[in-house]
Amino acid sequence: MSGTDSENVGQGRISRKALIYVAISIITITWVLPTLGLLINSFRNPQDIRTSGWWTVLGEVLDPSTWTLQNYQVVLDEGFGNAFLNTLAVTVPAVVIPLTIAAFAAYAFAWMEFPGRNILFLVVVGLMVVPLQMALIPILRLYTTLDLTGTFPAIWLAHTGFGLPLATYLLRNYMGSLPSEVMESARVDGANHWVIFTRIILPLSVPVLASFAIFQFLWVWNDYLVALIFLGIEPDKRVLNVELADLAGRGEGALSLLPAAAFVTMLLPLAVFFGLQRYFVRGLTAGSVKG
Amino acid sequence: MTTPLSSPEYDSTSEGLDPTSPARRRFTKAVTVLAIPTLIFVFALAVQLSKDSDIPKLAQVAVALLLGVLGIWALYWAMDRAVSLLPARWAVRARPLVFVGPALLALTVFLVYPATHTIIISFFDNGSDVFVGLDNYSTILTEDKYQRGIINSVLWVLAVPALSVAIGLGYATLVDKLRPRTETIAKSLIFLPMAISFVGASVVWAFMYYFRPEGFGAQIGLLNGILVALGLDPVNWLNQEPWNNGFLMFILIWLQVGFSMVILSAAIKGVPTELQEASRIDGATEWQTFRRITVPMIASTIVVVWTTVAITTWKVFDIVAVMTGGRNGTQVIAQQMVEEFFDFRRFGIGAALAVILFIAVIPILVVNIRRFQAQEEMR
Repeated sequence: MSGTDSENVGQGRISRKALIYVAISIITITWVLPTLGLLINSFRNPQDIRTSGWWTVLGEVLDPSTWTLQNYQVVLDEGFGNAFLNTLAVTVPAVVIPLTIAAFAAYAFAWMEFPGRNILFLVVVGLMVVPLQMALIPILRLYTTLDLTGTFPAIWLAHTGFGLPLATYLLRNYMGSLPSEVMESARVDGANHWVIFTRIILPLSVPVLASFAIFQFLWVWNDYLVALIFLGIEPDKRVLNVELADLAGRGEGALSLLPAAAFVTMLLPLAVFFGLQRYFVRGLTAGSVKG
Repeated sequence: MTTPLSSPEYDSTSEGLDPTSPARRRFTKAVTVLAIPTLIFVFALAVQLSKDSDIPKLAQVAVALLLGVLGIWALYWAMDRAVSLLPARWAVRARPLVFVGPALLALTVFLVYPATHTIIISFFDNGSDVFVGLDNYSTILTEDKYQRGIINSVLWVLAVPALSVAIGLGYATLVDKLRPRTETIAKSLIFLPMAISFVGASVVWAFMYYFRPEGFGAQIGLLNGILVALGLDPVNWLNQEPWNNGFLMFILIWLQVGFSMVILSAAIKGVPTELQEASRIDGATEWQTFRRITVPMIASTIVVVWTTVAITTWKVFDIVAVMTGGRNGTQVIAQQMVEEFFDFRRFGIGAALAVILFIAVIPILVVNIRRFQAQEEMR
């Protein structure tokens, strides 16, 4: 290779590199700026939020009168504190219950002998294609008959039903791939299914349990539709996203509260995102077949 | 012959003891007999608790958490104990039922029954009293506003997955050339919206698209702020038919690019570098290498990401409901379905819309599940 050639290549590399940086920067800024703007807005005076864009703080960053925690205070007092607790009471059981039920079922599908095992498992997998929209009307009617509408167990069970096919499918695939020797030797030692499941299979399945738990956590925490329909819009019953959607619908009057309210809603998912990013990604990948 | 053990501690400590000794049996029986009614009572209590607004919220939540989490495990434990009481021959047959029964019950009650019911009421009038055959479906296919909904939904499904994949793939390819640390940060920033709910994202973008008519105060939406700074007139973005659909779609693209980027980035890193090197040595440009080597190698991943985003898009509800409520020609099927059902109480039309959502999803998901299955088998 001659000298001039390598020089040309070198120059091409530099300008190409610059181009790559420019492209990356443009996309990154477009993706970050909306959230960043909202974050800045959430700490501004209510009056300022209503009368000027968040970017105007650039000139007054150091002025202490620009910043306030007032919005967060108001938002937490005005229903979002309550809604946070409601969301917690909805989400934790709505993750644990389907995870538990699916784990037991997955173990049975993988390691127990019973008639119709394969056909039943296929049916479970097939149910992944049913969108939850198909279930809304009849379940609400059922709940109305049983007087369950607006209760926590009602929404736990609904989320359980919607989450089960994917959970059972993922866990069954994982548990089925565990080495059978472990179970054989446990059985020889006299362990029954309960012991094998709780002492051997569950500890070995922690990675897939964590992935699904995170996926389901995000799904339930960020859900709006299911909570809207089964818990309703009574102020006492609202979860965060129902409360936030309601606030967003109030127009100009609630404008100054929206940014802080949105961040209260995002707090826990963002914490999970930063804390457990690897599991988070795995959970999303796993969830890619949810109907 | 199987000898069911009475408790998990038992197997490690007292091997060889008769697990069905009379005292033990009596104890287990007592516990089991009491456990199931207790659990039913506890469940009823949880229902009552969440209805009673006089009890302090914190206490309500604490009790709900305890019941929801411990209750489900107690249920299985009690059932397993109950089965242990049966004669060994019966216990062997009954135990799979304990493990798989609750799942099948939940699936029947919450998916099989309601889906069947929805299909049935889609053939009845809006009060679910009179059989009307395919009337609801023909209404949806002929009436203007439903046609708009279907067309919009189809446009969403054409645009959102395509752009999410394109931007995700482009970004993944570009950051692949950065130093690993910078790459991680760059990816996290794009990925972050994945943690945000659709409602939250709508609020984020409400402050991008915010519009005030001239003379009604300063623009507080970034896009109009830019327009005004450039000396142009502000635009009421969410009113501009048909472009407002595109502005709503961009919110979902913004949410989905992170997902597409992370999955595609992992796939790109799986392409053997020798192949790319070889193509470069043969004189291929960076673009040719990308088009002819990288893209074909990750084609199956692209299909998975595409279909996944397509399904999410097809069922989009929250963004439209929060941003425009389906006004100004922005209605989509999933949002119309909820609207018909809750605002207008037209159950027949609502159910028919749900069925249309369902039928369109089936082929895509079948492909996805098959692919996933094949992938799992290769591992």
